Amino acid sequence: MEALFRNVRELVERAEKEQKLISEIMIEQEILMTDRSREDIMIQMDRNLTVMEEAVEKGLKGVHSVSGLTGGDAVLLQAYREKGNTLSGDLLLDAVSKAVATNEVNAAMGTICATPTAGSAGVVPGTLFAVQNKLNPTREQMIRYLFTAGAFGFVVANNASISGAAGGCQAEVGSAAGMASAAIIEMAGGTPQQSSEAFAITMKNMLGLVCDPVAGLVEVPCVKRNAMGAANAVVAADMALAGVTSRIPCDEVIGAMFEIGQSMPSALRETAKGGLAATPTGKWLESKIFGGAVVGSGQ
Amino acid sequence: MKFKSVFDIIGPVMIGPSSSHTAGAARIGRVARDLFGRQPQWAKVHLYGSFAETYKGHSTDVAIIGGLLDYDTFDERIKTSFEEADKAGMSYEFIPETGHVDHPNTARIVIGDQDSEMSMMGISIGGGKIEITELNGFPLRLSGNHPAILVVHEDRSGCIANVANCLYKYDINIGHMEVSRKERGHMALMVIEVDQNVDKEVMDELKKLPNITQVTRIAD
Repeated sequence: MEALFRNVRELVERAEKEQKLISEIMIEQEILMTDRSREDIMIQMDRNLTVMEEAVEKGLKGVHSVSGLTGGDAVLLQAYREKGNTLSGDLLLDAVSKAVATNEVNAAMGTICATPTAGSAGVVPGTLFAVQNKLNPTREQMIRYLFTAGAFGFVVANNASISGAAGGCQAEVGSAAGMASAAIIEMAGGTPQQSSEAFAITMKNMLGLVCDPVAGLVEVPCVKRNAMGAANAVVAADMALAGVTSRIPCDEVIGAMFEIGQSMPSALRETAKGGLAATPTGKWLESKIFGGAVVGSGQ
Repeated sequence: MKFKSVFDIIGPVMIGPSSSHTAGAARIGRVARDLFGRQPQWAKVHLYGSFAETYKGHSTDVAIIGGLLDYDTFDERIKTSFEEADKAGMSYEFIPETGHVDHPNTARIVIGDQDSEMSMMGISIGGGKIEITELNGFPLRLSGNHPAILVVHEDRSGCIANVANCLYKYDINIGHMEVSRKERGHMALMVIEVDQNVDKEVMDELKKLPNITQVTRIAD
């Protein structure tokens, strides 16, 4: 089966030519590729959206992982935000706290929806539920947000990678942030081309990000990287809506991400052998959690 | 294209913490269980690359056992799968390997009971998506996303035509097909990914064809 788009350029061209939303092109392609009905596909995405809502709700009540490395930050952030004196702005902090909430639930082995992966599952829902308060979308528009995000993720997954073990964190949180940014544009009434610009601007600022989880756990620094991925997505969306464009086309940015991932040493691709995982405190935490010789000095 | 559906990207719904190391691992375990066709009594799980380095932190071990118990990626019982395995009478062992493999997230699962044993190699390629790359020493490529039929047969002329004819008779379309053998004239394996689930009637007819040793199916 021939896909309706193989890269972002084809996706944007088709949307512009047919005067359709990117989410619509994604839905049409899903119908075409999987032979399922539109209704069936919309119902499944609605269910995924519900899982995301429940995860955020749970995380905002406060959860803690078994290792004790993560948990409770979403609660701190929401409490701080509610005081109304945030420096970076209410919407941004709302997105950040909800991204953190999702990843804290994930770290605690709760139920989440991977977007595109579990380690990067906070960015798309975090931004969605924050932007929701500002734009007041319908349920269908919220579902469409996920299809738009999915369309960009689909291109990255097929042309580069969404695996931290293969491409580092840039492939996971980087992709998630780009996807979220592109989806914000559509919900805010921007053009398909602006979605592409927002993705490119976001991804350019996530390039080179390594995957170096302490003790191999999807906790440190993953949870906070989702926080900053969400922030990156919101700011890049505003930049694209303002008319800022990327000098390097979106597909070439994705290509660069893939190349960078290929040249990343294995120690920085989800093996917990380099980066933050290899710091004295990182090693100390690992030995504290899993036993064995204490190699780091720690705190 | 490796990723065909938007739900490969927005999904799966799963128990955390890692789509590749938890959800993908559970799926690899579940396909092994599917191919074996029943609850294995023992399992030896060899882990390579990032799987070997980080399996404890990602609950890869718990997830693979969950898969071998036939749990889906969102099944809450994954969290307590070791206890569930004890109840089901399945023993298990994890062996982190240092050897080089093509993909960083690779697991070789050897399972069995008193009647037979089976070896399968799977890779987790990101976002919970997996591929099966080897079965009982046969290299293959199986996504686990479509219903599939695996036919072990003698390496004789006509086997492939007979199987294809049988599927045609029941109007089952073949999406992807691979045939491999270890040695000329000996045992061979057909891997057939199809568009529809395959009924027992079809399976029974395939089993009766000449030179066919074993037929198993994986449901969608």
